[in-house]
Amino acid sequence: MVQFALPKNSQMRTGKTWPKPETGGKLRKFQIYRWNPDDGENPRVDTYFVDLDDCGPMVLDALIYIKNKIDPTLTFRRSCREGICGSCAMNVDGQNKLACIFGMDEVKGDVKIYPLPHMPVVKDLIPDLSHFYAQHASIKPWLETKSNTPAKEWRQSIEDREKLDGLYECVMCACCSTSCPSYWWNGDRYLGPAALLHAYRWIIDSRDEATGERLDDLHDPFKLYRCHTIMNCAQTCPKDLNPAKAIAEIKKMMVERTM
Amino acid sequence: MGFKTDYARVHGHGSAGEGSHHWWSQRITSVALIPLTLLFIFPFGRALGGGHEAFVATYSNLWHALVAILFMIAAFSHLQQGLQVVIEDYVPNKAIRTPALLANTLLCWAFGVAGVLSVATVLFSA
Repeated sequence: MVQFALPKNSQMRTGKTWPKPETGGKLRKFQIYRWNPDDGENPRVDTYFVDLDDCGPMVLDALIYIKNKIDPTLTFRRSCREGICGSCAMNVDGQNKLACIFGMDEVKGDVKIYPLPHMPVVKDLIPDLSHFYAQHASIKPWLETKSNTPAKEWRQSIEDREKLDGLYECVMCACCSTSCPSYWWNGDRYLGPAALLHAYRWIIDSRDEATGERLDDLHDPFKLYRCHTIMNCAQTCPKDLNPAKAIAEIKKMMVERTM
Repeated sequence: MGFKTDYARVHGHGSAGEGSHHWWSQRITSVALIPLTLLFIFPFGRALGGGHEAFVATYSNLWHALVAILFMIAAFSHLQQGLQVVIEDYVPNKAIRTPALLANTLLCWAFGVAGVLSVATVLFSA
C-alpha cells in the first residue's frame, strides 16, 4: 500500500539517552528504534553508548551488551549468532542485515538500528513475520512427487544437485522481501523475493514432479509479476544470494513453456 | 483484519493464470521500439517546423508512413502496458484503480488509432 507519510501514532520521536558506561573503554554511539505496544506511546529512538573494549565486534554483540548491561527492556530476536538461523535480521545503517554477521566497523558514524522496513512491529526490533511465513508455506516448500516412493532415496545427479546452489542457502531472514519496494506497496499479494527464490529452488529440483503445477500457481500478475528487477533483494541478502535472478528464471520458464 | 488465517489471506483468490503474456509483450514492444524510435524521430524532426506541407511530403512516402504506423502501434501498446503496471503498483484504492485502468486502456487505444489513421490518411490522399 503506497503511503508516503507515517500515520500520527507511528511517527518517531527522540527518546531517552541512556547513561554512558563508566568502564573507561572506547565508546560507540547507538541509536535504536523502540516501541512498546503496551504503553500507548509513539515509537522513539533511544541513544545508547557501548564500551567497545568490553564488547564483541558485531552489531548483535552490541545489542546483547546493551540488553545485559544498560537496558534489559530492549527487545530483539537472536539465536545462532553465526548467520544461519536468520533471526536477527534488522535494518542497520539503512540496510537490512543479519546483526550477528555485520561488523560495527562497517558502519560510519553512529550505528542506527531499526526493525525490518514496512512490516508490522511486535515490539522494538521485532517485526511480525506471520504473513511472510505464510507466503513461504504457500509455495509448498517441500518435495512433491507422484511416482512410487523408491526403496532407498530419490536419486539426483551431481550436476542437478549443483543447480540448487545459491538457492538452498536461504535462511528466510526476510532481509530481501522487506527491502523490496514492490513488496512494500503490494506485499499482501506479491509473494516477494524470499518466497519466490524458494519457489524456484523447488521448480528446478530434478526430483520434484510438480514443476508444472508450481508454475501454474505462480502465474499471476501479482504473485510473481510485481517483481520489476529493482534488485534491492540481491543487494541486501546477507548470504549473498540473488533472488532477482531466481525470479527472472521463473519468468523465463513461464514464457518458454508457451513457445 | 478479521479472523482470517494468514494462509487464507496469502492464498487469496488463487492464481489468475495471467501475466506472462503481458510481461512478454512488454519486452517485445521494448525491443521493437529501439529501431522504430530512431527511424521515426529523424524524419519527424525534419518535418517539424515545416508546417502541414512538410508532414504531407514526409508521410506520403510509403517507407516513412510504415515506420510511423509501426512506431505508434508499438509505442501505444507499450505505454498502455507500462502505465497499467504503474497503476497496479501505486493505486491501492479500488475506487480510483479501476477507472484509472479503464481510462488508460481506452485513451491509449484512442490516441494510437487516431495516430495510425492520420498517417494513413496522409499516405492515401497523397
